[in-house]
Amino acid sequence: MAVFTTRNTRIAGISACVPKKIISNWDYTWIGMKERQQLVNTIGVETKRAVDKYTSASDLCYVAAEKLVEDLGWIKEEIELLIFISQSKDYTIPHNAAIIQDRMGLPRTCVAFDIGLGCSAYVYGLSVMNNMMSSGHIKKGLLLMGDISSTGSRRDKSAYPLFGDAGTATAIEYADGFEEMTFNLQTDGAGYDAIIIPDGGMRNPTTKSSLEFKQIDKGIIRNNIQIVLNGIDVFNFSLREVAPNILSLLERINKTTEDFDYFVLHQANKLMNNAIRMKLKSPKAKFPLSISKYGNTSSASIPVTIVSELQKEISVNELNLILSGFGVGLSWGSVSLKTDRIKCPEVLIYEDHIKNYNPNRYHYKVKSK
Amino acid sequence: MEIEHFIERIEEEFEDLPGGVLKPTSDFKKVLDWNSINALVMISLIDAEYEVIVNAKDLNNAQSLHDLLELVKKKRTV
Repeated sequence: MAVFTTRNTRIAGISACVPKKIISNWDYTWIGMKERQQLVNTIGVETKRAVDKYTSASDLCYVAAEKLVEDLGWIKEEIELLIFISQSKDYTIPHNAAIIQDRMGLPRTCVAFDIGLGCSAYVYGLSVMNNMMSSGHIKKGLLLMGDISSTGSRRDKSAYPLFGDAGTATAIEYADGFEEMTFNLQTDGAGYDAIIIPDGGMRNPTTKSSLEFKQIDKGIIRNNIQIVLNGIDVFNFSLREVAPNILSLLERINKTTEDFDYFVLHQANKLMNNAIRMKLKSPKAKFPLSISKYGNTSSASIPVTIVSELQKEISVNELNLILSGFGVGLSWGSVSLKTDRIKCPEVLIYEDHIKNYNPNRYHYKVKSK
Repeated sequence: MEIEHFIERIEEEFEDLPGGVLKPTSDFKKVLDWNSINALVMISLIDAEYEVIVNAKDLNNAQSLHDLLELVKKKRTV
C-alpha cells in the first residue's frame, strides 16, 4: 500500500481564482425543469464559472499565484520549484510550468514541470512538492492547478452542467520539524475510460471525424475531442474506494475521524460526497461543499473549497485536515495534514485582478511565410 | 431485506413520488421517470441500506423492484 509520510514542509498559503462569468443550471434549457431541479438539489451544482475563449487554466493559476506571493511577501528570486497540474494545458508542447515561470518572473534556477492529473491532483501534487522540498535544499515552492472544463459539449447533459472553471495556487515552504503529512495514494487504470477525451492525443490523433457531433444517448450530443463522463462507473468507483482509502490512512496514523476538524473532498457531486461522509460516520459540518457555487472544478476543487468555505478559519486557526481527491485515471488518494494560520485571500475574480499583473504574452499564432 | 422496506426507502428518497404507487412488480424505471441522476440516487440508496454497489448493467437488467432486490441479495451473498 502506497502510504508514506513527508516531513519538514508547511503550507504557507492557498489562493483560488475564477472567471467572472456565472452560469446557472436553472438556465440550462437543454434539459427539462425537473432534471434541472435534480441537478441543483441532488447533484448540488447550482452555478458555476466559465472563462471566455481567450482565457486558459494557466491564466487563472497565474493570477492566483501572483496574489498569493504578494500577500506572503515572498521574494520571487527565492522560489525554486513550480509544479503545474492540469488536464487543460495551454499547448500540447511545451509544458505550462515553463510559461508561468517566465510570466511570473521566477528565477532560471527554478525547477518547473507539469503533471497530468485531474480530480486526485491536489493530494498527488502535495506529495511531490513535499518530497522535493523536505531535504531543505529548496525552501519555497508553488503548486498550481486548475482546469477549464467549460469547453465540453453544451448538449451533453451527462457532463456539461457539472463542471466549472478555476485555477489555484498553493505556496509550500521548508519548515524544519513541522507536523508531518501522511499520504495514501492509489490507482486503478482498469477504469481509464470512465472519464476520457477520446481524440486529440497520440493514440487517436485529431481528424476531421473527431469534430463531428454524434448523438450518443438521449440528451447527449458531443464530438470526440469533448469530455466523456461515465457518471455511473465513476459513482460506483467513488462509493467503493474513497472511504476505505481514508479509513486505512487513519488507521496507519492511529487517529480517528474525530481527530480532524474538516474533511475536504474533491467536489464530485453532492450525493456522492454525502454518501462518503456517511460511510465515515461524520457530521455534515465537517465536510465543506463549494460545488453549489463553483461546480466540479476538477483538479482545483480541493483548494477552491478550502478558499471558498474555510477562508476565515484557516487564516486564524490551526486546523487538522483530511484532504481526499478521486476520479479520472482512475486515481485517488488522501492526506492528513495540519495548517497553522496560513495566508488565504478570498476567492479572486480573474477579470478584476488580471489588470494588476502581466498581460499574457504567450499566445502563439502560426505565422505563414 | 423485505421488499416493503425497500419500497419505503425509495419513497423517502424520491420525494415527488406519491405513496402506494410503487409495487414489487412495478417497472421502477417507468414509474420513476428514469434518468442518470435517478440511477445515482438508487445506487446510493442501495449501498447505504444493503452495503451492495449495483452497476449500470444491474440496473438495466432489472425490470421490477422485485428483480432489483433479488439481484442485491445475490450480490450480498457473493
